[in-house]
Amino acid sequence: MNPISRRKLIYGGVAAAASFGGLIAAERLAGRYGLIPPDGSGVYGPGETLTYACQRLLTTRSPARQFPRSMISKDPFANAVAAPTEEFKQLQAGGFRDWRLVVDGRVAWPMSLSLADLKSLPIQSQITEIACEEGWSYIAEWIGTPLSAVLREAGALPGSRFVVYYSFEKGMWESIDMADAMHPHTFVTMGMNDGDLPVPFGGPLRLRLPRQLGYKSLKYLAQVTVTDDIKRFGSGKGSVDPDYGYSWYAGI
Amino acid sequence: MVRVTHWITFIAFVALLITGGEIVISHPRFYWGEVGNVNTRPLFIIPIPASRATVPTGYGYVMPDQNGWSRYLHFEAAWVVVLTGLVYGIYGLWSGHFRKNLIPARSDWTWRAYRDRIAKYIHRGRADRSEESTYNVLQRTAYLVVILVLFPLIIWTGLAMSPSFTSAFPATAALLGGRQSARTIHFFVSWLLLLFLFVHVAMVALSGFRSRMRAMITGQSRDSGEDE
Repeated sequence: MNPISRRKLIYGGVAAAASFGGLIAAERLAGRYGLIPPDGSGVYGPGETLTYACQRLLTTRSPARQFPRSMISKDPFANAVAAPTEEFKQLQAGGFRDWRLVVDGRVAWPMSLSLADLKSLPIQSQITEIACEEGWSYIAEWIGTPLSAVLREAGALPGSRFVVYYSFEKGMWESIDMADAMHPHTFVTMGMNDGDLPVPFGGPLRLRLPRQLGYKSLKYLAQVTVTDDIKRFGSGKGSVDPDYGYSWYAGI
Repeated sequence: MVRVTHWITFIAFVALLITGGEIVISHPRFYWGEVGNVNTRPLFIIPIPASRATVPTGYGYVMPDQNGWSRYLHFEAAWVVVLTGLVYGIYGLWSGHFRKNLIPARSDWTWRAYRDRIAKYIHRGRADRSEESTYNVLQRTAYLVVILVLFPLIIWTGLAMSPSFTSAFPATAALLGGRQSARTIHFFVSWLLLLFLFVHVAMVALSGFRSRMRAMITGQSRDSGEDE
């Protein structure tokens, strides 16, 4: 072995040891500051954690991109939804007067809100794009109340880390971290383009999350649960998506 | 270091190509501007079946959905390329690799230099003595275009499709004409990179596949024991 390659070997060894130590330190730090996503384990864990951690460090407070009214899509695409159940049809026949949004978990006052209750909260609108993981997108005006207003109404307790939300459709559930839950553009949406939110677009109630891909904007919102322990829900990966092979964080 | 980063990038690039193709299959339509979906006019359509029944392709067949793992792997491999690229870039500047081996000599900044080297390729002329240890002007230009134009552009257009990243940096999407324009450019740049890969491998094959591969893997060229 000549001297150059021995020196290289030592440098290489030191560099490898330093990067290994650095990785462990980074992992500890990321864990402490909540920068590891619920599906941040397994082969794709490092990539998911890097993405989520960087997004949290860079984009936590940035407002969603908004567009002028003239850019609202004339013919938005609703995407396929499952056929409505009998129970849903009955609610629809009643003009969704009996639709309820249950708010529970780590809140001071668990509640069950009707659409009228929600409309008594501050109503806002946003003209934002919804982008599907498949690649297509459209822009619409979304009208609703910020999820943060609902969480304040119910008195979400300090120390909460995630908001889990369920669709009326069985087995469909999602979650977001508190940064996204309290973001001013995360809406409990009741209207779209100056009308009620149509059923194919998730009406009567949809959680609208313009800074993540479309699949996080869950249709037929029925329940919101505040928690500090996401591992207790489903398979512990934060939503139904990882069970189908899709990533929990979709702000990519 | 150049060799290590080269091969890591190669593996990650292949992963990106395959998974990128899988993602395109879920919506093989491309648009220009901010928005685009099956209700809007496409810029062009790739005439293949899609992995989604909602896309009108004209085929009565829906491909299996591979988007989940494809997206996980695409973004992980993208991180590998970005981090490896950073290491390569810092090393290249620090060690003088860019200055010595990539930036064409000032005397070669002429059309004539390019024309002469192209003519040499066409006539299958023997490489100069000087080309055994470094790159000629065409190679240097091609590598620099890949390193300084195509890779930055594909990373930029990729980020411009992220709804969260563009919320913090809206100009990344706006400057390209919108989200769908970014997607379309991303698609074309990946073809340019694939074209580079083909030409690059063809050149390696023409100049002696085994000896070139040995050089790029071990750093040893046949007659000199000089390390990279």
